[in-house]
Formats: sequence, C-alpha cells, structure tokens
Amino acid sequence: MKNIAIVAALLPFGALLVIAFFFTVGWERPPIDVQQVGYRGTGMEEPNNPREQAKLVALNQIPPEIYPLDSPADLASAPKAREIYENVQVLGGLPEPQFTRLMAAITEWVAPEEGCGYCHNLDNLADDSLYTKTVSRRMIQMTWNINTDWQDHVKETGVTCYTCHRGNPVPENIWFKDKPQRFASAGMLGWNDGQNRPSEKSAYTSLPVTAFEAYLVGDAPIRVQATAALPTTEGGSTIRQTEETYGLMMHMSDGLGVGCTYCHNTQAFGSWELSPPPRQTAWHGIRMVQDLNGSYLLPLTDTFPPERLGPTGDVAKANCATCHQGVFKPLYGASMLDQYPSLSGAP
Amino acid sequence: MPTFQNVFTRVQVQGHPHYGVPLPAGDEPRIGKPIFVKLLGLFGNAQIGPVYLGTLGILSLACGLVAFVTIGLNMFASVDWNPIEFVRQLPWLALEPPAPQYGLSIPPMNEGGWWLFAGFTLTVSIMLWWLRMYNRARALGMGSHVAWAFAAAIWLYLVLGFIRPVLMGSWSEAVPFGIFPHLDWTAAFSIRYGNLFYNPFHALSIVFLYGSALLFAMHGATILAVGRYGGEREIEQIVDRGTASERAALFWRWTMGFNASMESIHRWAWWFAVLCPLTGGIGILLTGTVVDNWYLWAVKHSFAPAYPEMWAPIPDPAQGG
Repeated sequence: MKNIAIVAALLPFGALLVIAFFFTVGWERPPIDVQQVGYRGTGMEEPNNPREQAKLVALNQIPPEIYPLDSPADLASAPKAREIYENVQVLGGLPEPQFTRLMAAITEWVAPEEGCGYCHNLDNLADDSLYTKTVSRRMIQMTWNINTDWQDHVKETGVTCYTCHRGNPVPENIWFKDKPQRFASAGMLGWNDGQNRPSEKSAYTSLPVTAFEAYLVGDAPIRVQATAALPTTEGGSTIRQTEETYGLMMHMSDGLGVGCTYCHNTQAFGSWELSPPPRQTAWHGIRMVQDLNGSYLLPLTDTFPPERLGPTGDVAKANCATCHQGVFKPLYGASMLDQYPSLSGAP
Repeated sequence: MPTFQNVFTRVQVQGHPHYGVPLPAGDEPRIGKPIFVKLLGLFGNAQIGPVYLGTLGILSLACGLVAFVTIGLNMFASVDWNPIEFVRQLPWLALEPPAPQYGLSIPPMNEGGWWLFAGFTLTVSIMLWWLRMYNRARALGMGSHVAWAFAAAIWLYLVLGFIRPVLMGSWSEAVPFGIFPHLDWTAAFSIRYGNLFYNPFHALSIVFLYGSALLFAMHGATILAVGRYGGEREIEQIVDRGTASERAALFWRWTMGFNASMESIHRWAWWFAVLCPLTGGIGILLTGTVVDNWYLWAVKHSFAPAYPEMWAPIPDPAQGG
C-alpha cells in the first residue's frame, strides 16, 4: 500500500519530466565521448556524440574521382581549351582533356540531376544566356582565390566546388537577410532589436540574428571583452555588441560542430595567449568569408534572377557552415585538390 | 497517532475553517469563504482563504498586471500577432531595453520605451507588495523578517534593472524581460566583463545560494528525523529543550563536530538566503562601474590560477601574428 502511494506520488513528477524532454530541443542520449583538450580540471574538453559523429562521417566523404587525369606528358601536348572551344573566358588556359574532365566533375558536384544544361545552352555551349554560367565563372575564380590567397585558413587542403555544393545546385548552407517584422517594425510595439527568435543563424539561441551582416559582410569589431582590469575613459563594448558577437560565435560553434573550448580558453575568452591554436585559423576564416561575400557574392546580386534572391532581394551569402557543414574541418580535412589541381589556383 | 517518518506529508487537518486573528481597526475585512482542498493538504495547509487583499494588494496586482500585459503584448506584436508563433516562440520572445544610443534618455516607445514603462510599473508593483508584506506582518504582531528577506531580493532586482544601468549611463545595460533572452543576457554579461566567476562577490553569492540549499536540506531532514520525539515543536524547544532537540544536536556533533541550536539554525537559514542576493547585487553593481574585466582583476590580485601550458601560446593575428 505504502509503496503504491509513493509510486503514485512520484508519477506526476516523472510525467512532467518526460513532457519537459519532449518540449526541449537538442537532447542527445548518453554516452557522450569527451576528449580533453587542455589542462586537467579546467573544463577544456570537447564533447562528441559518437552516434551523431558516425552520421556526419558518412555524410562528409569526398566523392570518387570522376576518372583519372591524363599523364602530365599527354596534357602538355594537348591543345588548350580556348583553342578548341569558343568563349572560354576563365578556364581557357587548361589543356582540353583536363578542361572537359573538370566540366564533367563540376556537373557531378553541382548539378548531377540537371546535367550540362543547368549552366549551358545545349544548342550552343558557348552561349552566355544562362545566369548560372556567369555565376559559375565567378565561383571558379572564387575557388582559386580561396586556395591561393586564404591558405592561412584552408592550408594545403584547399576547397573545391564540392566543399560547398555537395551535389546541390545551390549549397544547402547559405544565408539571406531576414524578412523584417511585418507589423512591429512600423507599429507601436513589438520591437525585437534583431534578436529573440528561434533561428539557425544564432544556433537557436535568443541572441541577435544580425551577426552575419555585422561581421561576415560588414567589418564590425568582434572583440568585446575589456582588455584592462579597470574601466577606461574610452568605455567599452555594450551588452548589445557582446550579444551580437556571441551570436556569431554560436553560429561558428554550430557550423563546425565544436564547443567554445575548441578555440577559446573559457577562463578568459579574449586572451590569445591562453587560446587553443585553432582560434588563429578561425580568425583568418572570418576575414576570408568577408572577402568571399564582399568580392564575389554581393557583386553577383544583379546576375541572379529574383527567385534566387532572399526575401529582401539580397544575394545568397556564405558563412562558416557553407563549407564546414557541421564538421570542424570540411570533409574531415580530406583534400580533393590533388585530384583536381586545376582548382588550386589561376593557371 | 500522526507520524512524520515519511518524506511526504502524512497528516492533514480538516475541520472548522480558521478565520484568523481579529484585524486592527481601519483594515478592510478578509474576503472569501474558506474551502478545504485535499490535494493541497498533501503539500501544505488544506484550507484556502480567507484572503486579505487590501488597497496595497489591489494596487500591486494592478501594476503587476499592467507590466505583465505590456510585456506580453510586445512579445505578441513581435511575432506579428500570430497566436501559433506566439506560443511556439514564447521562450525566445522578449521586451528589450532601449538600444545603446539612447543612453539614459527616454527612447521612442517601440525602441525601448515600453521596456521603461514595464520596468517602472513592475517596480511599483513589487514595492507595493513589499509594503503589504510589511504591514500584514505587523498586523499579525509578527516580526518583519520576511519583508526584509524580500527586500534583499528587491535589492538585486533594482541593481540589475535600475541602479547599475544608471551608473553606467545607459538603459541598454539592463536585463530584457524574456525567458531565454535574460539567460543570454547573463552569459553575455559574464563574457563582456571578463568572466564573472572571478568576481569575489559572485563567488560569495554562489556560496550562499548553494549553502542555502544545503542548510535547508540539513534542517528539513533533521526535524523530520526527530519528528517521532516531537521535534517539529522547534520554537518551544528553543527554551525548553527536549529529547528531540538533544538527539538532533548530538547527531550533528557526532557527525561534524558542531551543531546549531533550535534557534540559531533559523538565523543561519535566514542569513544565508538573504546574503545570496545581497552579495550578488554588490557583485553586479561593481561590474563595469569599478571593474571592467574580472579575470584580469583576479590576475592582478593573484587569485586567478595559472595552469601549465599545453601548447605554444599563439600570437594575436590582428597584431600580425
């Protein structure tokens, strides 16, 4: 009797707990692997769910090589693409067999279902009437730029079209400016200061969702922590600025599938002396994305048709997740440049 | 024979309703006919009512309602008056304080003005409720301990939402009204000011917070454990020590070498609870006004530990590293 009463009394609490689980996002069942990354006892550790990792590993494999590249001797004797085809503005310097192979590879990476016709007028391959062809040219130049000028971030691994596209004509992890609030922005009440809504942009926190505009298009100062023990006459960052930086950091954490301690010593977030080395790579990554958005993507705004633009008419832009896709190194650091050397830089 | 040996309440008294002691002259009458609820009797007193609301209670509830509705309508408007989105996004929604550029001036209503309004009405509501608590305690001939404990919490509330923002010269430093947003504010606040864990008053506040929970558990457990000897008659046993008191005291002397008395344990509990927001409020008040980076402050005063290097220190890339 007594036991039944105890069970009956505990039951509502159990039920409440179960209901709470249902309504709370992001629960993962144990066991979770934890890797120590800093001095013992300081909480410098990287948690990983081995089941989610297995799924991510399966999703982030490089595709099989489309077919082997001709020998260097054969390529050297082959005619250049521009000698065979008309209007080859960017890749004209490539030997023709390498050029054709790259076109076939890009089709597999970017438009496997749509085929050549996604970018080319099939009646006249030289024709520039499809916007996708103009965009592709710029994207190839962007890839070269990343692989030559941004080695501080991509090292020798580099990127290819596949790093972002993964078989999708439009990469899955792109971002647009949010649609403004319909009533609140012009009305009497409901102002949310660009924050306080569930959004993938801030990894579903209530932090500002304006961080991409501020730091990945604009060049707003990211550092918010005071650099002296006592207040200075210049003053420091506001809580609003801190929250915006925090929003960007949550995106980086989410986009790379890592915790804060991957790049920071949480004892003192701002200190470079105490930070793990990946923070340097990430610092260059932020500047790289600013360059990609500013020099390549934003200038393409008028090239895209309206249906490819965001709700406020802005072009699709890159962030950390565009390449990383939830992994600390895109494709777990596997390089495809040895298979496709023509993408490692302008010929 | 009632027993107190279970972790759940076994005794429930239901009889003629207790209407309370006579009220002082000039007070309004208590309202409502008392009822008994068996379920509530499992957790506390089974009798509900009569209630004393009075002028202060009504005014306090009215001001609180105005603040609540102001916050709620702003949240509702922020999802474009969509009831489904309101429910779905509720934990994320908030009424934000004014943007930094407004400083301490009065901003437009839809850019923080409503936050000031809600903050003001909520503060009035809380202050009136404090007065009501004080008055009701006095009307019953009680000490004012509860009111002063509540005042300690109000101190922390005022530091966060009023005193510190005024000292910093900006309403934007204050906390938003929202479920997740106030938590994100807390995390951002700690990061901005160089890790609040190095703030000694924050440390004290945590000591008193966890200490309160520990003391509460120790005291509750001790009294339940000596319930079979009449240990629940704590107040009488302050002056008239019985076997329950002696066993409880001996138990703690045996296990940890020291024991509180039937009187002092309640002072321990009251001070631990009250010091939690008092020290916490001091810690918040000093943050940004007197200390800008608690970690660097702790390094300066040699109480931030230095750990062995696990990798070669990296230079700051912005300095050409």
